[in-house]
Amino acid sequence: MSAPKTLYDKIVDEHRILSFDESGEAGERLLLYIDRTVLNEYTSPQAFSGLRAAGRAPWRPAASLGVVDHVNSTHPDRDADELDDGARRQIEYLGENGRDFGIEIFDLFDPRQGIEHVVMPELGLVLPGMVIAAGDSHSTTYGAFGVVGFGIGTSDIEHLLATQTLVYRRLRTMRITIGGTLAPGITAKDLIMEVIRRIGADGAAGHAVEFAGEAIGALGVEARMTICNMAVECGARVALMAPDDTVVEYIAGCPRAPSPALLAAARADWQALRSDAAARFDKEVELDAAEIPPMVSWGTSPDQSLAITGIVPDPDDLPAERRADAVRAMAYMGLAPHTRLQDIAIDRAFIGSCTNARLTDLRDAARILKGRKVAPGVRAMISPGSSGVRRAAEAEGIDRIFIEAGFEWRRSGCSLCLAMNDDSLAPGERCASSTNRNFEGRQGIGGRTHLMSPAMVAAAAVTGRLADVRELAAEELD
Amino acid sequence: MERFIRLSGRAAAMPAANIDTDVIMPKAFLKGIDRSGLALGLFHDLRFDESGAVREDFILNRADMAQTRFLIVGPNFGCGSSREHAVWGMLQYGIRGIIGSSYGAIFADNAANNGLLLLSLPTAEIAALMAELVDGAGEMTVDLDAQRIAMGGYAADFDIDPATRQALMLGLDRIGETLTHADRIRAFEKAYLGRKPWLMSAASDEQ
Repeated sequence: MSAPKTLYDKIVDEHRILSFDESGEAGERLLLYIDRTVLNEYTSPQAFSGLRAAGRAPWRPAASLGVVDHVNSTHPDRDADELDDGARRQIEYLGENGRDFGIEIFDLFDPRQGIEHVVMPELGLVLPGMVIAAGDSHSTTYGAFGVVGFGIGTSDIEHLLATQTLVYRRLRTMRITIGGTLAPGITAKDLIMEVIRRIGADGAAGHAVEFAGEAIGALGVEARMTICNMAVECGARVALMAPDDTVVEYIAGCPRAPSPALLAAARADWQALRSDAAARFDKEVELDAAEIPPMVSWGTSPDQSLAITGIVPDPDDLPAERRADAVRAMAYMGLAPHTRLQDIAIDRAFIGSCTNARLTDLRDAARILKGRKVAPGVRAMISPGSSGVRRAAEAEGIDRIFIEAGFEWRRSGCSLCLAMNDDSLAPGERCASSTNRNFEGRQGIGGRTHLMSPAMVAAAAVTGRLADVRELAAEELD
Repeated sequence: MERFIRLSGRAAAMPAANIDTDVIMPKAFLKGIDRSGLALGLFHDLRFDESGAVREDFILNRADMAQTRFLIVGPNFGCGSSREHAVWGMLQYGIRGIIGSSYGAIFADNAANNGLLLLSLPTAEIAALMAELVDGAGEMTVDLDAQRIAMGGYAADFDIDPATRQALMLGLDRIGETLTHADRIRAFEKAYLGRKPWLMSAASDEQ
């Protein structure tokens, strides 16, 4: 009988080609086999140029997929896209690298185009037990499937392409157990924002975090992705959830799912993908889902957030080491201490990003928007997470609800989450946003971001200020 | 990549917590397909205002900081986006070493892959180092060979991961080194994919 292991350690062990120190403990340096990657147009170019310069080729081109998502416009008419020269070259170079090295690419006009972390799972390319490393920090998303997913820089993309491996350090482990049941109107976004608020922006630094507990098991796969996606904002290098029937059923419905016979074999193998009962974690955190309120951020770090019923904190009430950062954040955000969050007026509303732009997110927002109008003076945009999500929403008539409420029904891309394209905030503009980072300048120089769930963005859009979704949704929530 | 063995130079303090890679290298500098031109992008929106004018109050813009080689930073420095441009920009600007208590994990890997020295010291050591600053700056020496750091009246030994230290001092070809294990990777891959045939369905041209 071998020693009890965490899910994370089981997956790492299964992918360990060789160990440089044979320790088997956190910090072990090893050569890790990587099942898949996804490449985007802005972090991959220099990796391909490195391969070309060294005369190397990708080890296993079929294990890579390229998607255009970061720099493209989300203009409803793709043919009218106004791309700057840099963006155009990045898109062209991704296509050229795909052709030269035999890697499948979804370009701007491909019907499967979308945000990489939305496209990969919806195709069925993310399977339990895999290790997926990719050139984007939100690669933790794949943890919802019981996958060790993590972001890497461009040098490591080149290493991965050339060798199908990474030189890897085994992480310490942390378990966040969420018991109880989320209250009506509370979403996965609120849950992960509360986790980040509680443990801090570096609370999970250096750790692989496993989310467990009945509140996680009750969530759909898309909601689980929201949690694993945003776990990187508390420093988690990997976020994981044990795969269950919900996950297998989701995969079975995807276009590139394994055949029924293979899926049956896989299913038996995936039974082992859970932490042993006696496994020890380096850190344990417990939360009660029932206590989690609708959350919004007030500052410029994702841990500077509060319940929507709260007030902007007084720096003097904060621990000494957080005071200077809070003062700076409030100055940037144009907020005074003691301001009621629900009194803060917004200029923009945005639903999109790899965190919260899947079909269930759109449905959540549409429930609030139905029969309502965006408040005067607010510009509201929705960018579905992928072209596939966009079509599925149109088939359900959700697009009409957004359009009739006054939202712009955009194309898919990372868009206003990081504003590498022409979607950005003007200096001083304040945005209710379903995205993942409220960093200074993230959505545009001088732009002010308040993070929240898609339903909360919808509530803010129609009231013109940060609002408690529970007050708008009283009848739906009963 | 330039090797790091021993270096003395100007050190600037940027003590705020959670300085993210969006701030280190703003989006306007991410539209290239090569690594050039990133010195201008480093901390761009802290160095320049919206009209492009120099912000005189930002520490790196001071006349006495023109030759800054080290940054002393707050916790969780380099959190956020995976963009390696942040590290390329540091080196192109002339920053060779960063001293702090903790870093974003991807940023730390990117630094190691490019020869940018990151030292992780206990918060008490960072506080002792900060106490030596005059106007937020100082003259620092980092001896990676001897694993010793000194600034003003502060001098101490430091710990660093041996593999990272060796790579910084020798400037190794990481891909070439891994490819010396190509036979083992190939054998592993064959056995692994043989054991889990469903994985091939998720590969684009192996169906």
